[in-house]
Amino acid sequence: MNISPSKLISLLFFIFSGFFLYTAHQIEVFAFDEGAAFNAKTFPIYLGYAGLVFSALFIILPETNPTNVDLKVLDYKKTVGLVILMILYGITILRAGYFLSTSIFLVLSYIVLGERKWIWIFLLSFPFVAIFMYLLHGLLNIYLRDPFLKFIGIMG
Amino acid sequence: MIEGILIGLDTALSLKNLMMVMIGCFSGTIIGMLPGLGPMTAIALMIPITYGFDPATGLILMAGVYYGAVFGGSTSSILINAPGVPGTVATSFDGYPMAQQGKAGKALAIAAYSSFAGGTISAIFLLIAAPSLSLVSLSFRSPDYFGLMILGLTAVAAFSSKGNFLKAMMMVVLGLMLASVGQDTLSDIPRFTFNNMNLSDGISFVLVVMATFAMSEALTIIFKANDPTRAAKQVSLSQLGSIKLDKVETKKMITTIPRSSVLGFIIGVLPGAGATIASFLAYGMERNFVNDEEKQKFGKGSVNGIAAPETANNAACSGSFVPLLTLGIPGSGTTAVMLGALLGFGIQPGPRLYQTNPEIFWSVIMSMYIGMVVLLILNLPLIPYIARVLATPRTFLIPLILFFSVTGVYLMSFNNFDIYMMIGIAVVATILRLYDFPMPPLILAFVLGGLMEENLRRSLLLSDGSWTFLWDRPLTFVIMLTIILIVGWQIYGSFFKNR
Repeated sequence: MNISPSKLISLLFFIFSGFFLYTAHQIEVFAFDEGAAFNAKTFPIYLGYAGLVFSALFIILPETNPTNVDLKVLDYKKTVGLVILMILYGITILRAGYFLSTSIFLVLSYIVLGERKWIWIFLLSFPFVAIFMYLLHGLLNIYLRDPFLKFIGIMG
Repeated sequence: MIEGILIGLDTALSLKNLMMVMIGCFSGTIIGMLPGLGPMTAIALMIPITYGFDPATGLILMAGVYYGAVFGGSTSSILINAPGVPGTVATSFDGYPMAQQGKAGKALAIAAYSSFAGGTISAIFLLIAAPSLSLVSLSFRSPDYFGLMILGLTAVAAFSSKGNFLKAMMMVVLGLMLASVGQDTLSDIPRFTFNNMNLSDGISFVLVVMATFAMSEALTIIFKANDPTRAAKQVSLSQLGSIKLDKVETKKMITTIPRSSVLGFIIGVLPGAGATIASFLAYGMERNFVNDEEKQKFGKGSVNGIAAPETANNAACSGSFVPLLTLGIPGSGTTAVMLGALLGFGIQPGPRLYQTNPEIFWSVIMSMYIGMVVLLILNLPLIPYIARVLATPRTFLIPLILFFSVTGVYLMSFNNFDIYMMIGIAVVATILRLYDFPMPPLILAFVLGGLMEENLRRSLLLSDGSWTFLWDRPLTFVIMLTIILIVGWQIYGSFFKNR
């Protein structure tokens, strides 16, 4: 039996809604609120039911306007590469600091996407981030935590 | 009202705010021009910067970005037949053929003058309608607000679903679910936090907007192996021809603009409809209004065919501010992002905004008009230069969007967890986008989630747990009836009509 990807997503949403509903029932409310007309779990419970109803309707009813996606033309390699780079960016941003991690993230992202103009790669990474940081920190007074620049004495 | 206008002018004409309008219009034009990146992404990318300003300045910047993005979208529609935003698709029907005839400059000028006129006329409508509706909406009660919010969500779902209403409704529910994460506002009881301290304050609005728009749009472009700049490399972006219009062309525009402005504004006020529907309706309406000779020119570079949708989409932008400023209920995804930003400033839009924060209320309205002038004076002559942005390689464009997204969330919390969660939501949103699960209903639901729960809580407590509040008041009853009609019609249309 073939199931369309949209229906599969709806099935996953149905399961998620079931889990949401179960978790909503587990919310511990104050004893005096237990029998109240509305408490902390009322709205989430309704949402859980709404999710179940809409996803069930989508699964049951015929799909008249199906979305066709040619999975062969999708660029998995670059997309996954970018996602991994973003995760690494997230890991390093607090440890290595904003300037270094952002500049390296940009350089690697340009390369992953196939860019090989090295001058532009450089200009749109280290100097670009430095100018951007100056705009945020220096002009707009938006605090930027950067242990690396603090360590080398550039930032206070 | 005169006093309010003067307060608004005083705030909007300060040097700082004038600069913000210019920066907003300029950056909005650039982002809106890039196919695939719409006003929501443009505004989302600006939010972290706006938190450094006072609310009026922040909102003025975002309004400028909004207008700029719509204007930028029409530029890419005309030059490369790749609309930057859905609201400018109708512009490409005649704008692109005119550009192919060597009159790109003229097509851009028609679009700019029409946008200016549409925006100006509708800003006047807004000036009149917003205070009046504010006074009327003071009589609204919690059940009415609860009903209006459901109406807004169903209408946005209906209009953005492209025939997949249930997909859009699933996105609405998902948005509301995400909004319910964190401590309950009244009792402080943690919900769906799974003992994780990072979730106790809930999921940040900026995080969700960045993930579902900026980041997932960028990932979608890469995933689908689209190159939005490919078409731009095949046309000359520096030789666009004259931007001067002759008398006949001006006369045609003068007849088109007033009717398209009225239509656009009315459609913009309606929840969910917005610029896209307004531009298509105006195009269709204009085609019916003109004589047979002019009708033949539609689709081949008609002046009316460009002027009508451009006037209407800008008028709709102003119109969409009416429910936001007067009821505190956004009627579209874009104004939902603005509402989220306003809530971030600690300001609750609604009928009382007019009285409690008149400088915000009026300065936004005034800045809209100033924004129109900026677009006309600054952006139109600069188009040959700005248009070169269209040729920016995606290899640079995409990493820069991702960088701005991560920076936006990092600046809010300095927390790795938020970055990981944003990446997770962006990946899920990219897959959902691939299968036409629309994102605007999710954002609108996420922004309205807290308000909806609060109004439902009040309504249920006042009616002692009875759901009769849904039909006790005539206004609530009419709203609920409209919702039932929309839902029924959508389900019928999606599943049974075409069989």
